[in-house]
Amino acid sequence: MMTSLLESIGYVGWVLHALIWLPILGVGLVLWGEEEVAKKVAFWWSMGVLVLSLGLWWAFDPTQGSMQMESSTPWIETWGVSYSLGIDGISLFMVLLTTLTSALAILGSFNYIKERQRAFYALMLLLQAGVVGVFVATDLMLFYVFFELTLVPMYFIVGIWGGERRIYAAIKFFLYTALGSLLMLVGILYMAFTANELLGFPTFAYADMLQVPLTGTEQLWLFTAFALAFSVKVPVFPLHTWLPDAHVEAPTPGSVVLAAVLLKMGTYGFLRFLLPLFPVAAQHTTVVYVMLVLAVIGIIYTAWVAAVQPDAKKLVAYTSVAHMGFVLLGIFALTVNGLQGGLIVMISHGISTGALFLLLGMLYERRHTRKIEDFGGIGRVAPLFATVFVLTALASIGLPGTSGFVGEFLALLGVFETHPTIAIIATLGVIFAAYYMLPMVQKIFFNALDKPENREMQDLSRREMVILAPLCALMIWIGWNPTPILERMEPSVRLVLERVQAAAPAGTLGSVLEPGSSVVIVPAPADLEASDDLDGGDRSTDDD
Amino acid sequence: MYASLAAVLFQVGEAASAGGQEAAESGAHFEPFLPGLIVLLPLLGFVLNGVLALRHATRSAEAVRAGGELDLDEGGRPLTHTLPSLIGPGVLLLAFVITSVNFARMLGAHLEEPVVVTYWTWMATGTFSVDAALQLDQLSMVMMMIVTGVGFLIHVFSVGYMKDDPGYPRYFAYLNLFIFFMLVLVMGASYPLMFVGWEGVGLCSYLLIGFWFSDREKSDAGKKAFIVNRIGDLGFLVAMFYLFTTFGTLDFVPIFAGAEEAFAYGGALVTTITLFFFLGAAGKSAQMPLYVWLPDAMAGPTPVSALIHAATMVTAGVYLVARSSVLFALAPVASATVAGVGVLTALFAATIALKQNDIKKVLAYSTVSQLGYMFVGVGVGAYSAGIFHLMTHAFFKALLFLGAGAVIHSMHVAYHSTHSHEDGQDMRNMGGLRKHMPITCATMWIATLAIAGIWPFAGFFSKDEIIWQTAAFGGAANAPYPALYTVFWLIALAAAMLTAFYMTRMMVMTFHGENRTGDQEEKALHEAPAVMWAPLAVLAVLAVVGGWVNVSEHLRDSILGLGPLTSGWLHEWLHPITEQAQLIQDLNLGVLAESAPIVGGGEVVWAVLSGAAAIAVVLVSFRYVGGQKIVPAAEDVEPIGFAKVLYNKWYVDELYDRIIVQPILALSRFCWNVIDVGIIDGIVNGVGFAARGVGFVVSMFQTGTLNTYAFILTVGVLIILGVSIF
Repeated sequence: MMTSLLESIGYVGWVLHALIWLPILGVGLVLWGEEEVAKKVAFWWSMGVLVLSLGLWWAFDPTQGSMQMESSTPWIETWGVSYSLGIDGISLFMVLLTTLTSALAILGSFNYIKERQRAFYALMLLLQAGVVGVFVATDLMLFYVFFELTLVPMYFIVGIWGGERRIYAAIKFFLYTALGSLLMLVGILYMAFTANELLGFPTFAYADMLQVPLTGTEQLWLFTAFALAFSVKVPVFPLHTWLPDAHVEAPTPGSVVLAAVLLKMGTYGFLRFLLPLFPVAAQHTTVVYVMLVLAVIGIIYTAWVAAVQPDAKKLVAYTSVAHMGFVLLGIFALTVNGLQGGLIVMISHGISTGALFLLLGMLYERRHTRKIEDFGGIGRVAPLFATVFVLTALASIGLPGTSGFVGEFLALLGVFETHPTIAIIATLGVIFAAYYMLPMVQKIFFNALDKPENREMQDLSRREMVILAPLCALMIWIGWNPTPILERMEPSVRLVLERVQAAAPAGTLGSVLEPGSSVVIVPAPADLEASDDLDGGDRSTDDD
Repeated sequence: MYASLAAVLFQVGEAASAGGQEAAESGAHFEPFLPGLIVLLPLLGFVLNGVLALRHATRSAEAVRAGGELDLDEGGRPLTHTLPSLIGPGVLLLAFVITSVNFARMLGAHLEEPVVVTYWTWMATGTFSVDAALQLDQLSMVMMMIVTGVGFLIHVFSVGYMKDDPGYPRYFAYLNLFIFFMLVLVMGASYPLMFVGWEGVGLCSYLLIGFWFSDREKSDAGKKAFIVNRIGDLGFLVAMFYLFTTFGTLDFVPIFAGAEEAFAYGGALVTTITLFFFLGAAGKSAQMPLYVWLPDAMAGPTPVSALIHAATMVTAGVYLVARSSVLFALAPVASATVAGVGVLTALFAATIALKQNDIKKVLAYSTVSQLGYMFVGVGVGAYSAGIFHLMTHAFFKALLFLGAGAVIHSMHVAYHSTHSHEDGQDMRNMGGLRKHMPITCATMWIATLAIAGIWPFAGFFSKDEIIWQTAAFGGAANAPYPALYTVFWLIALAAAMLTAFYMTRMMVMTFHGENRTGDQEEKALHEAPAVMWAPLAVLAVLAVVGGWVNVSEHLRDSILGLGPLTSGWLHEWLHPITEQAQLIQDLNLGVLAESAPIVGGGEVVWAVLSGAAAIAVVLVSFRYVGGQKIVPAAEDVEPIGFAKVLYNKWYVDELYDRIIVQPILALSRFCWNVIDVGIIDGIVNGVGFAARGVGFVVSMFQTGTLNTYAFILTVGVLIILGVSIF
């Protein structure tokens, strides 16, 4: 029934455009309206977009791995830049995650944002448009534009509505990510020029880029350029230090969107571009090991750092790095199980960490502090709050029966298939997750209710429950029945891996550099890069 | 998932109309009766009690905000008390009845293969797929009977014990949730599903240990339990990864069917897998070196200790080894490790129990010690003996804990009557309770005789079988390490004597001699109400006759066999489960010894000897402890010398704190302050500072940050254009 309804309105033809342009239209509406109604307009508008996006669940063809609902219009014809959109199993859930968390984050800012509301909600909608654009763009230049577009609203959200050190955090965030993505721009341009030479016409289209045969050396250089940009976003250790500052200073809705979807743009980039476009580099032994080792360091190191944070929000921010480590681990497992697990971790982290930031924001609104030691015994005055928080925390540390477990389990399983030792070390993260999360839960919600100012604390309001209920439901639903999601992603994941495998005719991941191509200079830069990156890895290990 | 709910409903309808037509998948004659409902009922109880609990908690939160406390009666007695009292034990009773129907059906059938009932595909991706499926076979059936049966009794006891607790509905919500996860653990048809139950019971344990969460010490204990358990869970996970890469599946049936083909006897892979599994088992079942959480877990309400930390959850590790018997039988080194760790834990925990004064602590260390025996059993290939001791232990240890609960309850009321802050769990404050609590005293004595291994109580048969099997295993024709197993056997015998001593000491200090509670307080001491002593009575019966279902042939032929009263039923019943492991063992080890190592003597001789020795120890220690002068806790002096070491539990907690907890904390702080803030951010800020210098120059031409952004972009594009032209 749903399918025929969607067909009758020609849903697949316009939905992707609508998901980008409706929020932008919403920006206009919010700015045009009154200051007092800005939040309501923004919320109902984003709810509309959310409802609209839900149709994707039915309209999406789960049997097809390649891009669906594609459309393309020339944009800057002389350069071959086009406005091309499309969606596949990898981007489908990122889009849904974006529309969902955006709407909830907007609802979650009702009490938090008191000044310049119109500007704030306009930026939130702009951010949403940008993120959706990142996930559905099938033209590299268009992708880059959206990728950078998200930076601007986020910069202002942190810089204007943030905490005390907001300017420092905003600049740090900006510098890190802008520098990273500049390298990617160089890479994109290089690819476009190569494509132009080979194909005879200017193009930035993703599908055309896949046709460009790059030598092993070129791939390694391009991989490095792209990987830096995405690694900053993920963030991968040691490029992560912008994240805790940005999270702590950002207003709640900013943190929610940052954790839930902005970080995913990084790992999405790995899956969408790095693996399919540079398959030789992506399975180069050194590259794989560097990425896996960095992922493992991210998992364990940031878990330790998280455990000693006095600021609850900073603690959760660090755990994001650990979670994204599991995603990276799954991706560079280069197995179906690993990639699928990584994707589920992305979804699960978006839901559970998004919820944690919302909850911490609600705590902050009540007590105007984020210091863990300022709380204690909150469970007695806010039992609903405590219940939801504990559930979310458990989903976050991957308790079986919640979404976190499915993702981590599959990702670790996938890595174990190719790199058992690394998988075993990464599994230690399971212990350290309990080590950072449970003490925080205890110090905030359990122990004695000994501070008089905490006795007054109100439990969850109805609005807050409306925000949290869908997230909690998703944590449990995905925990028990992830198969409908997994089966929608799998064909696209397989397609990515087929490309990777096709580039390794010998089938061994060690000798990936094709014998025919650029025999002359292959080893040198590979070794160079290897030693550079390994030094980085070693140094951090020694410091541990 | 919805399909599964429909399937359950369909089954209900089917059962109501026709009484079933066809068996689910295999098993010619056994037809499962609503197995899904067994799991769903406790879950339903959790949801209902959870709603009531949240409603009640919200109301009492309002009272706290207003500056007071909410009286349980004010909260509306029917909703906060009556309804949870009906729902909590009610769903358990129903689950027990349904389980019993299945048990009866299975008794009548000759089930050779496990019956697997599949509900929905849980996770399916790439090469990995696992179903939400329940497995019904002889082993899961025994466990289900224990979990629902003993679980029901403990729920009933709780109605009395927790009567006046402000968290009453929340308590039953947690307890029901625990039963749900425990049933998933024992009924799950695959390792991942078992792991759901495995961590789920850990969660409930965490919630129930920290039930009185306002108390820092109690919520610390909950946290400790969770984290230590997770160390074990690491082992479980890694073992699953190895199994998956070997078999391409994690379902029990295909793994055990293919194990002999996939693994060489004693091979490195199967040894690795089983050792990792044992790490998991050691965490959950509180074995060395991961036992430290269990004594602290006594912070929870006493019925919780009985249910989770004695009868069910902590035995999950033993269940895991028994379930994976085929794998362990193929790995003699791992099995020897299991037995070795088990026997050392049995001895070590018993020594600590000698000097504890807290009645629950004695029982906690006793549980650790008895779990050690179970691991000895499954470690020497006597899987049915391990499960047998698991079962009898569930009876008598649940009884001991509930009895202790009755005592603590009475003591608490006594001290409350005079507003005294003395410790109601300290045995030095008890004494002479026999006069006030005759039923509790009598039933606990039965359990004490059972655990001490006195004939013909349940523990005699189960413990004796394990000890004997250890001896026989060491004397097997091709035993791998005969001397080692001889040592194990001797240690097991010695620890059994310690058990008899510390249990008698506990009973004497609690129930005999002069009362030390206080003159005023003594008047308030009272027997437990019927709702509490009735479960004690049922368990007391089981603690006597529970051992009669698995008496070996040799003993049955002797005078110890009690003639027609006893049988070797359990061993036969579990035969389809243990058969494969037994065959592997017979093939590689040859026949087990008929007489004990070193000194000789058969099973009956040693049963008589150890039984007699246990009686002697009980009698001697009854006189010895009874003759000692015991003073109330407040007047007592610190123990000195070796007694002090035992009293302080060999300082293991302190050792762990020194060599593990503190270093990790220090390392964490180092990572944060030095690496993250110092080195990485130092570099970043340095770069940022330089960039700001540039920005200062740029700001002469540009204003505003957005423009800077545009500027950087433009420069970037120009550079690229330059490069491409060049």
